[in-house]
Amino acid sequence: MSDVNFDVIVVGGGHAGCEAAAAAARYGAQTALVTHRKSTIGEMSCNPAIGGLGKGHLVREIDALDGIMARLADVSGIQFRLLNRSKGPAVRGPRSQIDRALYRTAMQDELANTENLTVLEHGVEDLIVADGAVAGVVTMNGAEIRGRRIVLTTGTFLNGMIHIGDKRIAAGRVGEAPALGLSDRLYALQLPLGRLKTGTPARLDGRTIDWDGMEMQSADEIPEPFSFLTERIDVPQIACGMTWTNAETHRIIGENINQSAVYSGAIGGKGPRYCPSIEDKVHRFADRDRHQIFLEPEGLDDHTIYPNGISTSLPETVQRAFLKTIPGLERAEILQPGYAIEYDYIDPRALKPSLEVQTLGGLYLAGQINGTTGYEEAAAQGLVAGLNAAREAGGLAAVTFDRAEAYIGVMIDDLVTKGVTEPYRMFTSRAEFRLSLRADNADQRLTRKGIDIGLVKKKRAQMFHVKHRLLTKTREKLQTLNMTPNHATGLGWNINQDGRRRTAMEYLAYPEIGFANLVEAWPELRGTPTAIATQMEIDAQYAGFLERQKADIAALRRDEDLRLPEDLDYSRIGGLSNEVRSRLEQVRPATLGQAGRIEGVTPAALTALLSHVRRKSPVKKASRRAD
Amino acid sequence: MRDTICALASGEPPAGIAVIRVSGPDVTAWVSQHVKGPTLQERYASLRTLVDMHGEIIDRALTLFMRAPFTYTGDDVLELSLHGGRAVVEHALEALTQFDGIRLAEAGEFTRRAFEAGKLDLTQAEGIADLIEAETQGQKAQALAQTEGALSDLYNGWRDDLLAVLALVEVSVDFPDEADAPDHTDAPVAKTLAALVRSFEGALARGRLHQSVRDGFRVAIIGAPNVGKSTLLNQLAGRDAAIVTDIPGTTRDVVEVRVRVGSHMIWFADTAGLRETDDQIEAEGIRRAVRAAKDADLRVYIFEEATPPPPPSVVSDGDLWVRNKADRLVNKVLTGDFLSISAMTGLGFDEFLKRIETHFESQTKVSGAPVITRTRHRLGVEAALRFTRNAEQALGAGIGAELVAEEVRSAARSLAGLVGEINVEDVLGAVFSEFCIGK
Repeated sequence: MSDVNFDVIVVGGGHAGCEAAAAAARYGAQTALVTHRKSTIGEMSCNPAIGGLGKGHLVREIDALDGIMARLADVSGIQFRLLNRSKGPAVRGPRSQIDRALYRTAMQDELANTENLTVLEHGVEDLIVADGAVAGVVTMNGAEIRGRRIVLTTGTFLNGMIHIGDKRIAAGRVGEAPALGLSDRLYALQLPLGRLKTGTPARLDGRTIDWDGMEMQSADEIPEPFSFLTERIDVPQIACGMTWTNAETHRIIGENINQSAVYSGAIGGKGPRYCPSIEDKVHRFADRDRHQIFLEPEGLDDHTIYPNGISTSLPETVQRAFLKTIPGLERAEILQPGYAIEYDYIDPRALKPSLEVQTLGGLYLAGQINGTTGYEEAAAQGLVAGLNAAREAGGLAAVTFDRAEAYIGVMIDDLVTKGVTEPYRMFTSRAEFRLSLRADNADQRLTRKGIDIGLVKKKRAQMFHVKHRLLTKTREKLQTLNMTPNHATGLGWNINQDGRRRTAMEYLAYPEIGFANLVEAWPELRGTPTAIATQMEIDAQYAGFLERQKADIAALRRDEDLRLPEDLDYSRIGGLSNEVRSRLEQVRPATLGQAGRIEGVTPAALTALLSHVRRKSPVKKASRRAD
Repeated sequence: MRDTICALASGEPPAGIAVIRVSGPDVTAWVSQHVKGPTLQERYASLRTLVDMHGEIIDRALTLFMRAPFTYTGDDVLELSLHGGRAVVEHALEALTQFDGIRLAEAGEFTRRAFEAGKLDLTQAEGIADLIEAETQGQKAQALAQTEGALSDLYNGWRDDLLAVLALVEVSVDFPDEADAPDHTDAPVAKTLAALVRSFEGALARGRLHQSVRDGFRVAIIGAPNVGKSTLLNQLAGRDAAIVTDIPGTTRDVVEVRVRVGSHMIWFADTAGLRETDDQIEAEGIRRAVRAAKDADLRVYIFEEATPPPPPSVVSDGDLWVRNKADRLVNKVLTGDFLSISAMTGLGFDEFLKRIETHFESQTKVSGAPVITRTRHRLGVEAALRFTRNAEQALGAGIGAELVAEEVRSAARSLAGLVGEINVEDVLGAVFSEFCIGK
């Protein structure tokens, strides 16, 4: 094996690893995906769903950059629902339950058929480090795989510990052994670490659930695909059941709460506030008389049910007891008890915005190891790490995304600038420019950049160009066509009679005027494809707000364009307090903009920073477009 | 490492006493080399001999040492009360600044350090700047209220309300599918938005009044030509600020003088006499007079007659009517329907000033509620008011929670300079403590 030399080696076959390998290979790098078990590539080890608010946005962005998650979800999604349908398009998030087996199979097929990609089944025992940079990995059986850049996506394997009541099992996931040699190597790098926890509910046998009379939540009548390439969803759609806990459930949980690993003090790691265990819910929200549970099938041909909403680390006997009190679950059999898992993560402030480790050249980290949670968050990081590993293996500069162009940019900037205090999950509220960063326009925001940097394959590029031309043409038309308010009133439109001619685009901004109305006024618009018409309606709806944000975006980009040298010696900058200095040293911001987003860094400190850098050497302009 | 700063804290020498303040990590080292006698006891004033680096005596000074962090700046602080001669002060500052690590402070640097050390928030820091500049009791009371945090309390209330609204709006946007996140948050959002609008409007109204406390109230002296307006102004100024002749229409431009009346600083404006005129210059003067009268906080309407002529339209309720030239009256009666004075002799002048003082006294005592006086604050609140009204409108029109959120975010950003940034962690913190999220 030692004669094989890859550009990029991806370690781990989870969602970060798969997307990283696909991105590196798509970019053209000779890529190896090394996983200890090929059959678990693409496994959904937690709840069987992809998308949601913020998360669905990430999936669309991955797709816009020609990533794989969206397409695979489209061929394995069994309950598509567009969330927030009643709200504006900026905050609509596509989501679907996923058939775990279909997804896993689709992923394994996809990777097997990916050009430039070799999937290897090995446990990775160590990294090869030479001259301060990584040079490959050593497998469990002692073989060396050489590669210039390594993307580590090993999830919760660092000091992973599973808790079921007072039972503890050292592990990465249930049934998987932790990789100790690799852990030792990472600990030896002395990167800053933190400890987190997360949990899952018991898996139930759907054949033992009483579905009669249960309230069901169906899929959307017309499922909306994740991928811009998918025309329609052909997978059969199912419904999920809904049930609730009750006073008796809460009594049992309350009486046994000190047997829960969290409440007994066995777990010290911080869990996500947005995904509390059922014992947390009962304890912290004692005034609520019930909590909702979604019964989510894990597949079309799988009788496993994921009861979403009752993750727990109570002992198995207590889990059994409280489940029996829940309507529909009185006779439900547990296939696998719920558990909490505690693990170390690497403080992502130790990473560059490219996701490369600052202190070890060539090593990139993506996914849960960076303190995030969720398949989508992992995949998005994987894409960025894989892309940059491939680019930098070829001697090109890393590519980053800013907060005004993508949720991916928001997430990575949050991670490397602010670090995490709980497993990081994407929410739309994290985005300052939420009205621009929509799921519907991810392709318009990112595909062009993807094409320019060489990450987007021909098929998507062609589709993008066609759509983009049509959008541009239609937009120009709408900005040219115009009429007086008097005339508009004649059409039954309720317009202020100020005599000012308005363009078709301006009329479209009125809530009661849709594209169909424009077609009545200007017959030449007839024949505009629905997708294009819808896009115009959305653009018009937000036009005023987007105009308002332009100055903010310009200011953001101005500061992002001011690059700080990687070897900046912060101790030589006068006028910085010790606290500010140590925070800057911890993050080592890549740009002045990033420095400003570090907590506690004042405008005065930024001024000192800027004048120091300016004195030292004229500030280099970052190139937004990589090449 | 932070350096140590020093400065003369009292007024320019020569003076009876000069106070030099030193703040920073090198204070104790300097004391050990330059202050004779046993170790200074913290927070006790002791009379000590100060020497320079050559051992030469600088002065005997009352010396006060305060240890970090319980000081104004949060650092070690030394205060030296010296004899206030120029040479003494210079000698002391020289002995300080020649010490490695000590330098002269920049203007406002002590307060900036206090602010950076979290001893003050920005409004308090600005209050201190005003306190130092305060010339009257009225200004001082207001600046003190600001440093005591009355304004901070108001701002923190706004912050809490904005945060509450954002939490409600964001929970409906980000967690539509998750358990007990409420579907209908419109009613509480509408209620809080309305309260914010009222509060912003009230604060802005109070601010307009109190802007005058800070910058001085404006009083316009108006009336027909030649009734003695300029003479009154000169009497107030105690000097010939305005040209006085017997020729009607002498005053053309607005002439202002600043006078302290009771606890208030007041700008009196002499204006052109109001009459019909064909003279272009005089007409412009009259136009300016009317504008000055309109902009003023109070108008003094002057006339000579026992029965005053109908006042110009700018005169409004609560303005002061004054009959001038009382010295010409046979019995010099000062009673009657109007205050009678003689601008020439000063007759009735005490009463005149008293009435003006009372007028502003009653206005500024309308409420003890904190007020916005700084332009930076006012602009922020005005913008926040605009965005909050937009949010109310968006909510009423039912055009999407994300647009309501956008307006409220903008409102919060406008106030960030006053209430501190409301970041996503604050909002998420509020969401997760209020609502049981978690599917």
